[in-house]
Order: sequence, then structure tokens, then C-alpha cells
Amino acid sequence: MTSTHVSEREFSPYWSTVEILTRRALVRLVRMPSLLIPMLVMPAFFAVSFTGTFEGVTRVEAFPTDEFINWVAAFAMVQGSIFAGIGAAGAMAQDLDNGFIDRLLVSPIRRSAIIVGPLVHTATRALVPVTVVLMIGTASGLDFPGGVAAVLIAYVAGIGASLVLGALGLAVVLHIGNIRAMAIVQVLAFGLMFPSIGQVPLSLMTGWLYDVARVNPATNVIRMARQGFIGDVSWADTWPGLLVIAIGIFWFGGWARWELEQRAP
Amino acid sequence: MTATVDRPRRMVVIEQAAILARRSVVNTWRQPAAWTPSIIFPLMMAAIYSAQFERVTELPQFPEVDSFLQFILPATILQGISFNAGEAGSALATDIETGFFDRLMASPVGRQSVLIGRLAGAAAFSALLAAVLMVIFVVFGAAPEGGLASALAIVVIAAALSLSIGGISVAVALWTGSPEATQAVFPLTFIAIFVSSAFFPTELMSGWYKTAAEANPFTFIIDPTRRLAIDGFSFADLGQALFWIAVVGVFTLGLSYRAYLARLRRS
Repeated sequence: MTSTHVSEREFSPYWSTVEILTRRALVRLVRMPSLLIPMLVMPAFFAVSFTGTFEGVTRVEAFPTDEFINWVAAFAMVQGSIFAGIGAAGAMAQDLDNGFIDRLLVSPIRRSAIIVGPLVHTATRALVPVTVVLMIGTASGLDFPGGVAAVLIAYVAGIGASLVLGALGLAVVLHIGNIRAMAIVQVLAFGLMFPSIGQVPLSLMTGWLYDVARVNPATNVIRMARQGFIGDVSWADTWPGLLVIAIGIFWFGGWARWELEQRAP
Repeated sequence: MTATVDRPRRMVVIEQAAILARRSVVNTWRQPAAWTPSIIFPLMMAAIYSAQFERVTELPQFPEVDSFLQFILPATILQGISFNAGEAGSALATDIETGFFDRLMASPVGRQSVLIGRLAGAAAFSALLAAVLMVIFVVFGAAPEGGLASALAIVVIAAALSLSIGGISVAVALWTGSPEATQAVFPLTFIAIFVSSAFFPTELMSGWYKTAAEANPFTFIIDPTRRLAIDGFSFADLGQALFWIAVVGVFTLGLSYRAYLARLRRS
């Protein structure tokens, strides 16, 4: 048996496990349409209500755009994607409660697949809020000065944000071990998203919020997602967001993997 | 014949409702996880929005206020009590799930006392919550212009409004008997609050959204409450807020009463 053949044999079961776990999560999503409603309603609500409520803020001098939807669409996409990521953590919490994860841990599969499967599921879920906001935005007059790149970068930001929060959610859920962990994950998500440039630029912020939003990692991801709706897409506005996503997935994914190892018999 | 039998039935109902209201308040108080979000989340939103939108108060269409924090005081209290009112429904659903509700029905407790007690408990806790939130706003320099009179009026409005909002969650709790389903009502309340003048003046909105916000009953309640905070106390504003709370309450409490009767028929 050649070494190439061995590595192929090892590779294949791993990704088929990931595929099965992803498909299982997606089938549950299809079979329980009630789980789809927050994924559709929340980003739509963010896009419509934030635009409607705060559009007057564009009248403040030096606001970067005349249409608030150009500013807030990225926030709604990333926020919606983060909720998609949290949803995957919720599914993991249910699997912990019903013992499915314990059965996976004693079965002959690679343990990292138990983390990667839900994360692939999370990335798939993130397509929904980004698409919903793009559709609502287009109907509400969203500009695309960045062209096709604006749309692509928005999807990258949405999927990336969902993966980071999905990994964080998995880590917290595995650490606490039950569905109650979801409240903590939701607070973390809100606490990360709101003190950022989601609703207004740094130049409009006053006091403590300016200092917090400037160093908040969510600011880089939102700036990356937004750039194509208020101007051209540039590498300078893209790489900080990609770096945050890469570090977030590596860090929280590693934490989730470590927590899973602690639960193994 | 005992003294209990001699007392008017109405007094007995009130006494039983007071005992059940006290139980509701103590139950809520003993579960910090149930009420801390009612304080922390609205305060977090207030802190962020006041730092985000302070410069918006310089726009000519914006009402004259000392700060955005003062403008957002009624919205913060409204958010807090809507959390708490939702919790009242969840607690009732838990009572149904655990069988406590059925045990109450089997006991010689007045039927009205159970519903009145639950809602009165939510109203009392909301008044306490509103007072705490107000003290925090005062500490951060956003005291109501009318002093103690305005502050008391806002607390009264908060307690009355929690009855109206609580009516919805109590109705869902009675219909479904499920705490999860009852908790799902909160996002709807949050949306209804958001599409109003709670967080931003309707003068700065436009199109259909402005029309929806101006027609939203929450706007009719929030605007006079805000005037109590930024202009000072007036009986007209207090009366206007309470009138619209009563209008909403007729609908929501009517729903909860119908759901209660339906639950009684099933019990």
C-alpha cells in the first residue's frame, strides 16, 4: 500500500463525516421551517427598521452617504450572519442535551470533524441573511459603486463573521454543556456588534464608544463588508477584516476543539 | 359561619390577588437571570445610542433636549418593562408546565385572582424596574425636567404599560402553556417598539416608515412620556399616555382574559 493511497483513505472518511454532519444539520433546518424564520426575519428587520428609524442621521454634516441603507446594509448582513452562526451553536447545544455528541465522541471518527461539520453548516446558513439584505437593499435603493466585487466581499464578510461567532458559540456551548449557554452567546454577539461602526461612522461617535469601536474587531469586518456599497473595493479596507476572521476562526475553533477533547471519555 | 365567608367576595379576590402578586414578585426577584437582562440590555442600548447619536440632537428637526440620553429615557424604560412583561408570561407558562396552575384551579382560589395576581405582580416589578433605571439615568446626568413629579408619573406609566404589554405574553402563555413559545413574543414587542418614536424622532423619518411610526400606538404613549422627561410634569401628558395605554390594554387584556377562559374550560 503506497503512502498516497493511505493518505487518500484517511482523507476521505474525514470529509465524508463532515459532509454527513453538515447534511444532517441542513436537513433539520428544512424539516423545521420555524428555524428558518429568524434567519429570514431578523436580517430583514435589521435592514428595514434601522434604515427607517435612523435615516435622519445622514443629515448630519460629513456623514459618508446620503442613503442610510448604503451604510447600514453591511451591518444588517453581518448581524444576520452572526445570528446564523449562533443558530448552529444552538443546534450543537441540542445535540449535547440529547446525547448525540456523546455518541459521536465514542465512535471511530476524527473529533475535529464534529467541529468542522457544524461550521460548514454555519457558513451555508450565512448565505441566507446576506442574500435577504441584498434583495431588500436593492429594492430600497442600495448603491453598488464597487460592482460585483461589492457583492462578493459582502458574502465573504457574512460567511466569515458567521464562522467566527459559530466557532465561539460552539466553544461556549461545549464549555457550559447545555442550551442555557445560548443566552451568553447572544449577549456576546450583541456586545460585539453594537459598539462598532455598524450604525454610524467613527467621526460621529463621542466619548467611550469611539475608543471601543476603533479597536472592536467587528469594526474591521463591517468596514470590509460595507466598502463596495459606499465606494470602490480596496485591499486596504479588506485585509483587516480577513485577518480578524482568520484569527477568530483559528482561535475560537481551537478553543471549541479543546473543549470537545475535555468532554471525550 | 366563619369571618372569611362573611367578607365581601370582592375583598377576598383582592386579597388572594395580592398574595399571588407578591409570590410573582418574589419569584422574579429570586431569579436574577430573569430580570437582569431587563436592566442591562436597555442600559447597554442607551449607552451606545447616546454616544452614537449625540450629534444628531444638533439637527433643527430634533426636539430640544439636554442630551440624547435624556431623549432616550422613555425608550429605555419601555424596553426594560417589555422584557419584564414578557417574563411574566413565561413564568405563567412555567406554572402551567409544572402543574402549579392546575393545583391553583383545584383549590378554592377565586378564578379572577390568578390572572389579576400575575399581572399585578408584573406591574409592581415594572414600577421597581422603572425607578431603578430612572435613578441610573439621574446619576448619568439625564434627570427628568419635572423632578420628582415627572419621575413618579413615568413610574406610573411604566407600571400601567407593563399590564398592557404583559397581557399579550400572558395570553400566549395561556394558549400554549409553553415558556419557549411565550418568549418568542418578545421579538414582536421589540419590533413594535422600534417602529415608533422610541429611539428617534418621527420628524427625521420619511415615507411609509414614518407613517407606520406615527400611527404606532407606542408613539402615542412614548411622546407624552418623553415630554414629561424633557419639558416637565403636566397632567395632560400623563393623562394622554395613560389613555393610550388603556386603549392598548383593552385589546391585550381582553385577549388574555379570553385565553384564560379557554384554559379554564380545558382544565
